Amino acid sequence: MDELINKRINEVLKGNQDSFEEIVLLFQNRLYHVCYRMLGSREEAQDIAQEAFVRAYSNLHTFDQKRKFSTWIFRIATNLCIDRIRKKKPDYSLDAQVPGTEGLDMYSQIAAAEDLPEEEVERMETQERVQYEIGRLPEKYRSVITLRYMEELPLQEIADILDLPLGTVKTRVHRGRDALRKQIGTM
Amino acid sequence: MTNCPNEVVQYMHEYLDGEIAPEQEQVLNEHLATCEECQKLFDELSDAVALLELADPMQAPVGFTEGVMARLPQRTQQKKKTGVNRWLRKHPMLSAAALFLILMSAALFSSYNTNEQFSVTMQPNLIIEGDTVVVPAGEVVKGDLVVKNGDLRIEGQVDGNVTVIRGEKYMASTAVVTGNIEEIDELFDWLWYKMKTAFKGLAPDKTENQDTE
Ligand SMILES: [Zn+2]
Repeated sequence: MDELINKRINEVLKGNQDSFEEIVLLFQNRLYHVCYRMLGSREEAQDIAQEAFVRAYSNLHTFDQKRKFSTWIFRIATNLCIDRIRKKKPDYSLDAQVPGTEGLDMYSQIAAAEDLPEEEVERMETQERVQYEIGRLPEKYRSVITLRYMEELPLQEIADILDLPLGTVKTRVHRGRDALRKQIGTM
Repeated sequence: MTNCPNEVVQYMHEYLDGEIAPEQEQVLNEHLATCEECQKLFDELSDAVALLELADPMQAPVGFTEGVMARLPQRTQQKKKTGVNRWLRKHPMLSAAALFLILMSAALFSSYNTNEQFSVTMQPNLIIEGDTVVVPAGEVVKGDLVVKNGDLRIEGQVDGNVTVIRGEKYMASTAVVTGNIEEIDELFDWLWYKMKTAFKGLAPDKTENQDTE
């Protein structure tokens, strides 16, 4: 797989733009899925996932072919998603600590979707409910939970994608699971 | 959970991450069997994971790839560039000629516009009447004759080529021209004429015919 991708990458670097299409086809579903889970909107997911590919194309010469391409493209995409999430609510003082949230700052709090009335949540179909609960997670947890449970990636790969120490990723997965448990439990 | 070992919750997460050691798993199981509170917490965490695992995988929408390709920077520019490069590599002679033509056009376009004045290649036996050049009857002009922005009337003989640029040419019944006769009126003709004169030094002129009227 990696060999094939590197072959295509080298073709693109030599000026054959069409080879990039094959790279897009190989990763488009996974990238779109991750963006959708992070952003909760199909339109935004398409926009950001496509932008991620465009950025990858423009910076392809910087990609180290000894590394995994999937890690690299997922990093570009998750960074774009996080930027988009943070830009959505620019009114808050982002560095302010939120009381009683274990050292989380506004960055991770603002991302949470608005809570809906209990009856409305109960009427949701399964898929809608899953996305609703993911969307309510603070952004810090949402990215690790998405990569862990939607993409089923190993913790070390998630650490590489998010450029975080492995210990931090583990802690966030634990806290993310616990946050989700509390969300569901309050229903 | 006040009497529970501190590490039990940690073990739950390690279990859910699939990273728990066998001895610790045994500790966890033994505790859960005796502690209702921890069992409840563990069930809730497992439910949260189970909910996530219900999420369906998703496909990128139709046209996704095309959208990416259309958004790539300078796509058309790059295509054009490689196209021209390929063409240049395939046709080195044509490319040189094309480049020459472009450079000449640029240079000559200005000279076409600025050289508005009447001029003629002066030969000893020519007669000038206002803006008309006359080759008198019985006279022989040796060499090429070029008249610019004026008329030419030939009654005698010219041993060479005759060119009239933006002017009229009158040939009397007695006229003899040994070379080519050309009249140039349009810009394109003018360029073509200049090209030919420029190339004359490079390639021999094969068209040597007599033109008499
Ligand atoms: Zn216990």
